[in-house]
Amino acid sequence: MNPKARSEKLAFALMFLCSLVVIVPALIVVAILVVRGISAINWSFLTQMPKNGMRDGGIMPAIVGTMYLLIGTLVFAVPTGILAAIYLSEYAPKNRITQAIRLAIVNLAGVPSIVYGLFGYGLFVILLHFGKSVLAGSLTLALLILPVVIAAAEEALLSVPKSFRDGSLALGATKWQTIWRVVLPSATPGIITGVILGLGRAAGETAPIMFTAAAFYKPNLPKSPLDDCMALPYHLYVVACEMFDSPPNLQWGTALTLLGLVLCMNLAATLLRAKFRRSKNW
Amino acid sequence: MSITRIAPNIDSSENNGSNSLVDSTCQCSKIEVEKLNVHYGRFLALRDINISIPRCAVTALIGPSGCGKSTFLRCINRMNDLIPDTTISGKILLDGKNIYDPDVDVVVLRKRVGMVFQQPNPFPKSVFDNVAYGPRIHGVKNKSELAQIVEESLRRAALWDEVKDSLHKSALQLSGGQQQRLCIARVLAVQPEVLFMDEPCSSLDPISTARIEDLIHSLKELYTIIIVTHNMQQASRVSDYTGFFLMGELIEFGESAQVFTRPKDKRTEDYVTGRFG
Repeated sequence: MNPKARSEKLAFALMFLCSLVVIVPALIVVAILVVRGISAINWSFLTQMPKNGMRDGGIMPAIVGTMYLLIGTLVFAVPTGILAAIYLSEYAPKNRITQAIRLAIVNLAGVPSIVYGLFGYGLFVILLHFGKSVLAGSLTLALLILPVVIAAAEEALLSVPKSFRDGSLALGATKWQTIWRVVLPSATPGIITGVILGLGRAAGETAPIMFTAAAFYKPNLPKSPLDDCMALPYHLYVVACEMFDSPPNLQWGTALTLLGLVLCMNLAATLLRAKFRRSKNW
Repeated sequence: MSITRIAPNIDSSENNGSNSLVDSTCQCSKIEVEKLNVHYGRFLALRDINISIPRCAVTALIGPSGCGKSTFLRCINRMNDLIPDTTISGKILLDGKNIYDPDVDVVVLRKRVGMVFQQPNPFPKSVFDNVAYGPRIHGVKNKSELAQIVEESLRRAALWDEVKDSLHKSALQLSGGQQQRLCIARVLAVQPEVLFMDEPCSSLDPISTARIEDLIHSLKELYTIIIVTHNMQQASRVSDYTGFFLMGELIEFGESAQVFTRPKDKRTEDYVTGRFG
């Protein structure tokens, strides 16, 4: 074997090793979760209230609470994020202020989620008197995923070919008509993908909701947006770390349910993206 | 620089249709350009252009790439407004009204001056929705009225027979030539007075090209057409008048027969006979 081919082989082996280092631990985590949690998951686990001080029964209120939080997040983050992205990509003058805003958004995506949690606590729970509630939690989670949504939506808008815009404008459409009727529909797949990925992140976060929305234990479902709720990630934290005598398969089951939810959302985003990528051919 | 001004003797009284806003007996040209200069930044894209585009006829603009033909077109429907750092001086009169006057509504102007682009650019919508797009944005809501406009526009663009059974198919599934005729139908649906075609056949095969040329012939009864082309044969086949651009200047303008057979300027002669450059 000549030296060139050998060094190439060596480099490839190294890269392969690196990707194994990334993939294997993740696979192990998933495998352990599935092996130990699958026995806990059954219909009554998913649909029943906790019993006996959360040492028995199901996790239905946590699932429902997470759903409520996600719906609230969707309602607040999606319109705001899309409108902000439209402003940035279509209207904002190309100057330093716009650049600064863009930079700020990118940086917001890297802010630790506990900071969002404390900010949401200060603003929504205390200052605006929403209390610990689905509303405050949704707003906090919305803030958390806004940077992701804005970045994805802006990228999707910018990838719409200029020829579509020109075609529309040349027909006498106004700028807004062009954006609303041509650009936005073409960008929708990219935007949806970004939104689902953002929601997947929101579904798994504990820190932002632990002061703003999540209840340690709540015997009934929230009746209004101003009620607090149970939520999967916080429930997992509680049964795993705050209670010393909770049965392990309940902990594993909760973790597996949460992982399954997030994986499903990411899978949906990936499938949607693949589907739309096939159908668009410009 | 020699500029030939044409005072067209075209009787437009029977061809004007219902589109034109001016007195139909008017003999003057449709578009009158005076001392037009265009800069992109510091680059002079068009220098001192004077031209009169005759009404209800086909005018071809020829010249090498980058000579300013497309820039010229994009001045007349003010699509150049969208390019930052563009400065325009001079006058462009459409039916006697300067389109750069502050009281001119760009949206109304672009409705009157339709444009077909070099690359077919149908929207990723159905055939029907593509053609109905223009009428819809201009406020037509009635379904049967929309259907009628769509059919009529597709017929005029010689596409109806090919797509009448698949109006709700995606426009992106049509062939390139069909897409370009769809784009023409889309423009016709807003009932423009002037039709720009910026190298409309450059990405099409010869058969599709022939269909578009036939179409241009049939459309000039109703519309003032300006076509940019790199194809000398095409220019001489479809146009009544021809303008030759070179490096941002209009070198020669006149009846196509004259420009192609007895050009007045040596540079025009070199270009149309293929001895150029």
